Amino acid sequence: MTIDRATVQKIANLARIDVPAEEEELLAKQLSGIFQFVEQLNEVDTTGVQPMTTAAKVKLPYRKDVVNDGGHAADLLANAPDNVDNEYFAVPKVVE
Amino acid sequence: MTSLTHLTIAEALEGMKARKFSATELTEAHIKAVESSRALNAFVTETPEIARAQAKASDAKYAKGEAGLLEGIPLAMKDLYCTKDVLTTASSHILDGFKPKYESTVSGNLWKAGANMLGKVALDEFAMGSSTTTNYYGNVINPWSKWNGKEFTEKLVPGGSSGGSSAVIAARCAMGATGTDTGGSIRQPASFTGISGIKPTYGRCSRWGIIAFASSLDQAGPMARSVKDCALMLQAMAGHDPKDSTSVDMPVPDWVKALAPQVKGKRIGIPKEYRVDGIPAEIDALWMKAADWLKAAGAEIVEVSLPHTKYAVPTYYIIAPAECSSNLARYDGVRFGLREEVPGGSLADMYKATRRAGFGKEVRRRILVGTYVLSAGYYDAYYNKALCVRAKIAEDFKKAFEKVDALLTPTAPSTAFVIGANEDDPVKMYLNDIFTIPASLAGLPCMSVPGGLGADGLPLGLHIIGKPFDEQTVLDVSLALEEAAKFTALPQFMAA
Repeated sequence: MTIDRATVQKIANLARIDVPAEEEELLAKQLSGIFQFVEQLNEVDTTGVQPMTTAAKVKLPYRKDVVNDGGHAADLLANAPDNVDNEYFAVPKVVE
Repeated sequence: MTSLTHLTIAEALEGMKARKFSATELTEAHIKAVESSRALNAFVTETPEIARAQAKASDAKYAKGEAGLLEGIPLAMKDLYCTKDVLTTASSHILDGFKPKYESTVSGNLWKAGANMLGKVALDEFAMGSSTTTNYYGNVINPWSKWNGKEFTEKLVPGGSSGGSSAVIAARCAMGATGTDTGGSIRQPASFTGISGIKPTYGRCSRWGIIAFASSLDQAGPMARSVKDCALMLQAMAGHDPKDSTSVDMPVPDWVKALAPQVKGKRIGIPKEYRVDGIPAEIDALWMKAADWLKAAGAEIVEVSLPHTKYAVPTYYIIAPAECSSNLARYDGVRFGLREEVPGGSLADMYKATRRAGFGKEVRRRILVGTYVLSAGYYDAYYNKALCVRAKIAEDFKKAFEKVDALLTPTAPSTAFVIGANEDDPVKMYLNDIFTIPASLAGLPCMSVPGGLGADGLPLGLHIIGKPFDEQTVLDVSLALEEAAKFTALPQFMAA
């Protein structure tokens, strides 16, 4: 798989990361190298193999459906770059 | 008083119990050591006042006869662990100014056991790297680098990602440190600096409050200057935590009490696929020497096969970036850390500018790889394929462990390299973890202990892999190797 400059921009947009035009070529080359490296996995026959999603030997536990915490608005906002009335996260305007 | 910084944790605990010195004296000696070692650039944040207050509380505990497992022991905390009201950066610009309002479960467990915090140590940004050169705050220097008494004349990497941890332990600034290991981030830096480190079985330690990189692989573990010290720290760190759904609800055995260099009758496997092209002969020779040590101690050495070994690194470099792209989506300039405003720009413009400015190039690259392999049309070809190969790799280990009790391999394919090497090609850097990644994918407990020195005078580690939840065998075999190797060499740079 070779990654071209347009694909770099497409992925960068999906990942919400600005990639300036002057970096496209190097990134395309590096990503192509990584994808060529990982493509050796196609040599492995995985017919009938269940994908392994975790190494944890546990069933996902259930918890009681009760409120057991809360009331930490000030703590949650303490590290926010911007907030409104110490109650809400603030972001650039999204509706006109 | 400088000799206090050369003690092991076990020796220091005995010294404090016998009232030979206080926790405050031990901690003050280490605070001085930290201050005298700034040339290593290992600490992101020094916290001497916290260490002093904790040490004072430890002295009160000793006076009352209520000392905890690690009472009075000064440690360094990898800056990936959230520490309440103390700057936590993951060595990334994007977490500028982030002071968590909570304490990670594992760091909290260490404080409960009586340890104290000298400061937060650097890592590869978000734990992505094998050299600690992706740290936003500059390179960390391996204390084994050439030092002329005033400055470093050749700068080596301390390994990574837990390179701040490995550097401060080797330089005698801290008695131990926390690490985290996703594909080798405890074991490879331990190998590069002549210390020990264990990654326990996935699920042994809670991941709650540890900044996530690849959640199905990340695991906390201790790093220190002896196997026993690692066992002591792990004893305090491990345990079930309802706040991490992958943390296992099973009792933590008393590893420290049972610890013995006992290998008589044990079957130790040598995986033949780990003998790969291009590995220096001295690494192979040390590996075989270690097998002889275990044989002499009564173990049986058995050749085993792990046929999918060569696919572990490419499997990892799909799964880890996929999980990282998902985990790092939270850094959006809204809830914490850096925000880059774009005048007149939209919310999406702010996200893009923030993430561009806040993430370093390796992290950006991995997010892009992960985004791609999870995107529509590529999910099955890359991500799902990697999960299937991961299952085959885990199956290889399961079969091998029907025949043996533990596996012995080298930890890393080289000694510490010069800062700047392996930077031209990401894949070259990734191959540093060729021996450590397979066990990570299978979630197995594994440990690196110093085995000897290479021809360049730099440390080489030996790597023990065990069955799931059999940390005891990993520790016991490691202790047997430690006793046989008698590793006493010291780095050129050490704390005053």
